[in-house]
Amino acid sequence: MRISTLFYVIGQGFRNLTRNRWYTLASVATISACLFLFGMFYAIVQNFQNIVTEAEKGVSVTVFFGEDVTEDMILVIKAALEKRPEVERIEYISAEAAWEEFKVDYLKEYADGFTENPLEDSASLAIYLNDVSMQPALVTYLESLPDVRKVNRSEMTASMLSGMNRLIAAISLGIILVLLLVSIFLISNTVRFGISVRREEINIMKYIGATDFFVRAPFVIESILIGIIGSMIPLVVTYFLYNQVILYVHNHFSILSSLLTFLPVEQVMDKLVPATVLIGVGIGLIGSITTVRRHLHV
Amino acid sequence: MERGFRRRQVRRQPEDEVITLEGVTKSYSSGAPALNCVDLHIKQGEFVFIVGVSGSGKSTLIRLLLRELVPTEGSIYVMGYDLNRIRHSQIPKFRRKLGVVFQDFRLLPDRNVYENVAFAQRIVQTPAREIRKRVPSVLAMVGLAGKYKSKIKELSGGEKQRVAIARALVNRPEILLADEPTGNLDPANSREVMRLMEQINENGTTVVVVTHDKEMVNRMQKRVIELDQGDLISDEEMGVYHDED
Repeated sequence: MRISTLFYVIGQGFRNLTRNRWYTLASVATISACLFLFGMFYAIVQNFQNIVTEAEKGVSVTVFFGEDVTEDMILVIKAALEKRPEVERIEYISAEAAWEEFKVDYLKEYADGFTENPLEDSASLAIYLNDVSMQPALVTYLESLPDVRKVNRSEMTASMLSGMNRLIAAISLGIILVLLLVSIFLISNTVRFGISVRREEINIMKYIGATDFFVRAPFVIESILIGIIGSMIPLVVTYFLYNQVILYVHNHFSILSSLLTFLPVEQVMDKLVPATVLIGVGIGLIGSITTVRRHLHV
Repeated sequence: MERGFRRRQVRRQPEDEVITLEGVTKSYSSGAPALNCVDLHIKQGEFVFIVGVSGSGKSTLIRLLLRELVPTEGSIYVMGYDLNRIRHSQIPKFRRKLGVVFQDFRLLPDRNVYENVAFAQRIVQTPAREIRKRVPSVLAMVGLAGKYKSKIKELSGGEKQRVAIARALVNRPEILLADEPTGNLDPANSREVMRLMEQINENGTTVVVVTHDKEMVNRMQKRVIELDQGDLISDEEMGVYHDED
């Protein structure tokens, strides 16, 4: 193909945008709205996952050992457990440290009445996981160890966090898929309208001897351009809106500020920009190619 | 590849013919066939009128020659291409060797005269430099050199048809097919358009004009092929139109 033909075809794609400008505007607006919602859901999911990940880091399994298990033996078990992939880190809490902490937390000045450490057998390991969903398997393993007396776990928190994470991801994926299908349907309608408006021109092109590529390419380019423009607008809006929303939450829901740690806008945009542009181009490609094939028999 | 394809097809078409129909029947889903076992042979450089009343099969014949339709029975060869067997990807190359003119002009109303003619060259991927040379010369040939910037809606019917002829000629076709080219024109413009067709024919292009304009056919004294209800009923050199209306 000649370079001049390529430029001509691309030029026609641009020209198509202005030929039916109201339809183009409607398509861009709807795709922008869909991709804006996509961006919002993405930002929410990203932030929620960040909050969950942070929360997961605080979830631990506490292991207590039998009376005859020495500190050295506990440290050997600790070293063995640290090799397991789901384990992020393990803290050893000696019986003395446990008693000191108990005194500070609960007894305060009344602690002076105790001459011996009542928590003598309470040396423990606090195991922090990098994946809370692995907690039940780890607990089963720990309980099977002969030296282990008791395993304290926060299964409720662990399963709730990982479950909520999965639920939010699934709901978001579902909503995003519906939005994408709506966008593809819309762009397909734009192309179909464009074909019906230009039916005469297409027939002339066919009689003169235009190839399938020459007839179809401007419609595909037009749709890709609509997809790109439709993806740029929500990205700009999201960029400026994101910080405003965080500021609003901090100012009006200060009680949440300590619980919620929001990601910086740069970190969200890092993946959102290529994802949105790719989806915009993808919507344009899928919407136009399928429609052009179905409605443009050349 | 194309040369080989053409050689393979030429064996079935006499060398001096550009259009060959052998026992061509075209039936639609219901009713009598639009064309009924038609044999037709048109040689390189001929000027031929195809005449007949509405429903005689003229439009079906044009659509078959453009490979817009395929015959129900029989064979069609145009410029060496076997239109029954031509591959889909070969159809654009085949059509580039034909120039087509329609009664309703079929111009692009949002472009000017120059762009309408250049459009045909862009489609066949002619280099831009050649387009800039060729389009003005074809517009000069049809007498529209001074109107290359005009919008289509500013032109008269005769001028629109001349733009359509310029567009059909710009790619130097071997055959010019004209479907009722004077149907929307007054007598003066009709004569002007037909004079242009004769001039094109004198330059070596085969011209096939489908019409029911009795006065024009009888005046020009060319080969006349008459269709009636799908049958080819007469084929006369320097013929006349026997329409009884």
